[in-house]
Amino acid sequence: MTAPGQEKLVISGLHAAVDGQEILKGVDLEIGRGEIHALMGPNGSGKSTLGYCIMGHPSYEVTAGSIELVEADGTRHDLLAMEPDQRARAGVFLAFQRPMSIPGVRLADFLRHAVTNVRNPDRKEGQELMPMRDFRSELKAKMADLSIDTEFARRYVNDGFSGGEMKRAEILQLAMLRPKFAILDETDSGLDADAVRLASQSIARIGGAEMGILIITHHEQLLEHNIPLRTHVMLGGRIVESGGPELAAELHKRGYERIRAAYPEAAAAERSLQDAATSNAPHPVTA
Amino acid sequence: MTTPATPAAPATPAAPALPAAFDRVSFDRLLADQHAGRAAPAWVIDQRRAAFDRLESLSLPDRRDENWMRTDIRLFKPKAWGPRHAPRSDAMVPTGLLAECLAGGRSTGDSFFDDGAQAAGGSTPLAGRLLSLDGHVLHEELDPALAARGVLFGSADRLLADHADLFQRHWFSVIDSRCDWFAALHAAFHSASTVLYVPPGVKIDEPLHVLSGLGEGGVDTAHVLVVLGDGAEATVLTETAGGGGSGSTTGSGFHCGGTEIVVGRNAFLRMVNLQNWSMGVWHFARQKAVIHEQGRLQWTLGALGSRLSQVAQDVALVGRGASAQVNGVMFTEGRQQLVYNTLQHHEAAGCRSDLLYKGGLQDRSRLVWRGMIKVDKAAQKTDGYQRNDNLMLSREARADSIPGLEIEADDVRCTHGATSGRVDEEQIFYAQARGLSADEAARLVVAGFFQQVFDRITILPVREALARAIGSRIRRLS
Ligand SMILES: Nc1ncnc2c1ncn2[C@@H]1O[C@H](COP(=O)(O)OP(=O)(O)OP(=O)(O)O)[C@@H](O)[C@H]1O
Ligand SMILES: [Mg+2]
Repeated sequence: MTAPGQEKLVISGLHAAVDGQEILKGVDLEIGRGEIHALMGPNGSGKSTLGYCIMGHPSYEVTAGSIELVEADGTRHDLLAMEPDQRARAGVFLAFQRPMSIPGVRLADFLRHAVTNVRNPDRKEGQELMPMRDFRSELKAKMADLSIDTEFARRYVNDGFSGGEMKRAEILQLAMLRPKFAILDETDSGLDADAVRLASQSIARIGGAEMGILIITHHEQLLEHNIPLRTHVMLGGRIVESGGPELAAELHKRGYERIRAAYPEAAAAERSLQDAATSNAPHPVTA
Repeated sequence: MTTPATPAAPATPAAPALPAAFDRVSFDRLLADQHAGRAAPAWVIDQRRAAFDRLESLSLPDRRDENWMRTDIRLFKPKAWGPRHAPRSDAMVPTGLLAECLAGGRSTGDSFFDDGAQAAGGSTPLAGRLLSLDGHVLHEELDPALAARGVLFGSADRLLADHADLFQRHWFSVIDSRCDWFAALHAAFHSASTVLYVPPGVKIDEPLHVLSGLGEGGVDTAHVLVVLGDGAEATVLTETAGGGGSGSTTGSGFHCGGTEIVVGRNAFLRMVNLQNWSMGVWHFARQKAVIHEQGRLQWTLGALGSRLSQVAQDVALVGRGASAQVNGVMFTEGRQQLVYNTLQHHEAAGCRSDLLYKGGLQDRSRLVWRGMIKVDKAAQKTDGYQRNDNLMLSREARADSIPGLEIEADDVRCTHGATSGRVDEEQIFYAQARGLSADEAARLVVAGFFQQVFDRITILPVREALARAIGSRIRRLS
């Protein structure tokens, strides 16, 4: 439970479906600003789906439940009523498990638009961008912090980036946008051992005490410098168990057998999702 | 935005009740004017007469002709158009898109990587300028320092008479003026034409700018001939603007033009043709460049306007080691229909040609590109490339890409490619997740699509003009 008077991201009773197939089956989660939460769970359990729902991906239909930003004074903002960009401007960030490439658009230009909008939530397209001079010096400093070569800003967004480069670019965007709440979806995947350590440190530095972070991961290393207040386990589209850091260690070492045995209903949901996924997989081409 | 036409000629008698057509009466009147005015040389008159005879023997191209198979000119009424003996007195000179960017007004140093070194907002100095309206030259100028070095630039009516030695052998000998009705019409009735001659070894740093404007319902038949001597260098920016909107069913402007380019040995020409007519204008153009040994051409076509365009763009590499880079940037909307037939003809050995056309289509518009790389037997070690990428911004738009190779030499490398795709909703979502509105994201993605061809265009104001124009036209994707 988060303390009263703290800004928080509150998800309750969230159900979501893709193509009519229900994936999330009642997710409850509360993240206060300044807190770190870890979200673990087997492949296909719905972790990325949760991230997409928070950000507002158009393919994911929220069928029940709510996602709200609650201000320190108790004012509630319904994220589900907002477009993805409005959510970003409200202070929500998603680091993608698989970032999209945008050929022909330089990372610097992309980020300048992003930073300008997020810092001036009411900005309309066509209005002034952040002054180049300020933007340049800030971006250069952040790139130096993250040991990313400045030349990188010239490259097209995620176009031809290696897996590791993409993840580092996501962290760079996190650092530039400084959201109130960030969902980091497997930001450690694709990074080598040294890079994971660096990422872990960077995230801790960027997050500080002001950011609420949900770290989705299959590993422990990213958590090294970001000790989670709570670790949550997702199975079959629900958070079935939450615990302290010891839970992350256990799952990492022993896997999900205990969890599946303890929550047979969620395990059954997982199996039926897998069946649906495999039966849908190779879409036969029909005229 | 328009500015009133500077009164070019003294007020002419009121226009005849029936508009002139491209017929014998108009042709005789044109010849009479030419004799009375600056006394066009006999060789120019002869060329016109031959073309007119040809015109009379031809009818409008139809769909049996391979080049016209995909062009729907059923609504084009040839009798509705004829030469304008003077611009309408109320005609306004349209502002060119390029002209605007050349004049500055927007900072160009606003890039992450220049470290503010580039001066912002300055205007680009021009080496020369020609402005015409409805087939009449209103204004022409050339940097006197260049004139002193032997550069000739300006109205063909003025320059052909005195410089037959330089122009006669190229004038209407680069393009084929007999191949169809429009080509013959242009060769018979061309007016407000521009010629440029750059003597051997003379390098012009600043661009020369040619703007052909149309008033509502206007007619333009301008011809452009560019001749670069050996080792010469120049940048020529031609653009079209004006004409009426898409309200009229028969069209509200007619352009039938031609461009001839001769690049001498070791010469380097950057050529830009920006077609930005209003949406009611018929546009027919035949353009060809001949490049001699080690000569280089960077040729960019931008096409934004017109109700229908049919353009032939040919490059002939006739001297060893010649090279041509051809860039196309097309953006269509409404019911626009743009058709391009391109030819990269390798006649000599060791030449390079590289064509990249990129199109963005929205609404129910249609874009056709039919490309051919032709390699003669003698053209060994040819390096030829052609590619057409189209971005479909609506489900009703349609693009056709038809690449072709005709190769007679055996030691060549020729490749082609074509793609057609849609803006990926996942890209839009990703950008939205970073705070960009869906429209802003769409515009960025589309701009990114064109970036690859912009990267090849080394003339900043041209890039900027195209990017700005395209950016302002993209609507929210559906
Ligand atoms: N856009 C989609 N279309 C079809 N099925 C989807 C889509 N997105 C998710 N799913 C399905 O929903 C389920 C949950 O997927 P999700 O990506 O949320 O899992 P995850 O927990 O992030 O897994 P991983 O650990 O492998 O990243 C899977 O069965 C997946 O196939
Ligand atoms: Mg995932």
